[in-house]
Amino acid sequence: MSEVLVFGLCAAVVAGLGLYGAIVDPRPLRKILGFNLLGSGVFLFFGVVARRGAAAGFPGDPVPQALVITGIVVAFSATALAVTLLLRFFETTGSSSLRDGAAADGARDTAES
Amino acid sequence: MTIVPALDLFVAGVVLVVAVWTVAVRNTSSAVVGFVAYGLLLALVWVRLGAPDVALTEAAIGSGLTGALLIGAAARLRAGESTVAAERPGVPVRLLIAALATVVAAAIAGVLLSLPDPAPTLAPEATANAGATGLGNPITNVLMAFRAMDTMLEKVVLLLAVLGIWSLSPDAAWGGRPHLPHRAEPDAALEFLARVLTPVGVVLGIAVLWVSADHPGGAFQGATILAAMWLLVLMAGLGEVPDIGRRRLRLALVVGPAVFLTIGLGGLVVSGAFLSYPQGFAKPLILAIEFAMILTVATTLGLLVAGPPVAGPPAAGSAAAGSPARRAAP
Repeated sequence: MSEVLVFGLCAAVVAGLGLYGAIVDPRPLRKILGFNLLGSGVFLFFGVVARRGAAAGFPGDPVPQALVITGIVVAFSATALAVTLLLRFFETTGSSSLRDGAAADGARDTAES
Repeated sequence: MTIVPALDLFVAGVVLVVAVWTVAVRNTSSAVVGFVAYGLLLALVWVRLGAPDVALTEAAIGSGLTGALLIGAAARLRAGESTVAAERPGVPVRLLIAALATVVAAAIAGVLLSLPDPAPTLAPEATANAGATGLGNPITNVLMAFRAMDTMLEKVVLLLAVLGIWSLSPDAAWGGRPHLPHRAEPDAALEFLARVLTPVGVVLGIAVLWVSADHPGGAFQGATILAAMWLLVLMAGLGEVPDIGRRRLRLALVVGPAVFLTIGLGGLVVSGAFLSYPQGFAKPLILAIEFAMILTVATTLGLLVAGPPVAGPPAAGSAAAGSPARRAAP
């Protein structure tokens, strides 16, 4: 079961990468991407745990696997909502910056141009 | 037997390289393309982990639909992206955050190495109770019978996400139709693809649901294929998203959860527990729920990608300005 170790460590690194991207990048869309990477690392880790539970002729424990499927769908709906919020924010303020006061600057730029 | 571990290492390495690229690349559209590639590679990993059902979901929803959603958003946010990117924190802060991310990754790795052995598993119980539903696919059993509550609540989450997105529409646009940007110039190749592929895709989507009783597949995966076909038709300019006030659209959105809830409450009356199926009727009832669900989920996923309604034809000044709302089909 070498794949448990290989993909388990892979999941840990992906989760760390996603966390880094979500915090460091100031662009909201990149934060959403980072958050999705973080989530997918956690799902993958859960899948590795499911794989360790292989028994009774199943290649993995079906319960965590089914929960991951539900998780992926819920993550997608949350992403869709986040992206729509972001686009509406951009439309209203003229900037996607989350910095304090950036919204006012963006609105002024839009008004001037 | 050394070839398989070597392949695992290779796939894990490529997954990590693509993940690093997704985080590090400067251009957001490239990052989204990286994320789509990452999702498809991850589907391979899921197959290696003995989870073909998850692999299908990851490829269809995690990679495909999320990619479609993000690539559109990346294009609309391109203006002014570089100014926002310049707000990146300085090197000391970045190093601090990198250290934090490393600690989190190391903690997850530590948990992996200290997991109990033998691993706890519910697989034997899933096998022991498989006969109760008459379905051969353990994942479908878990989703539709053993943990049906999760699946039903997930339908409600999808519905709430659609409501959340619709509620972000400007007041004037309420009840109007979402505008899915499609190419303004006639694109014969895309239109041809939409005409030829859609019938095949619809059959495939329903087949993926039908076989899920005994084989990998399922209502979500089938619904995603149907949603993709709908989006293809919309993007080729062969159709329009219906007004969100349309009664038929609203009906399609609630029929899945409604059938699920009705059968669940029926279980309360007939078998004494919410969402329990009477002996011998489990399979037909599950299929009834799944067929109602595939319609709802396909509609919901399509609407999640289409976004909030915009008032009538795209208003001047918006990102979609200049593209005609409707192009006459030849």
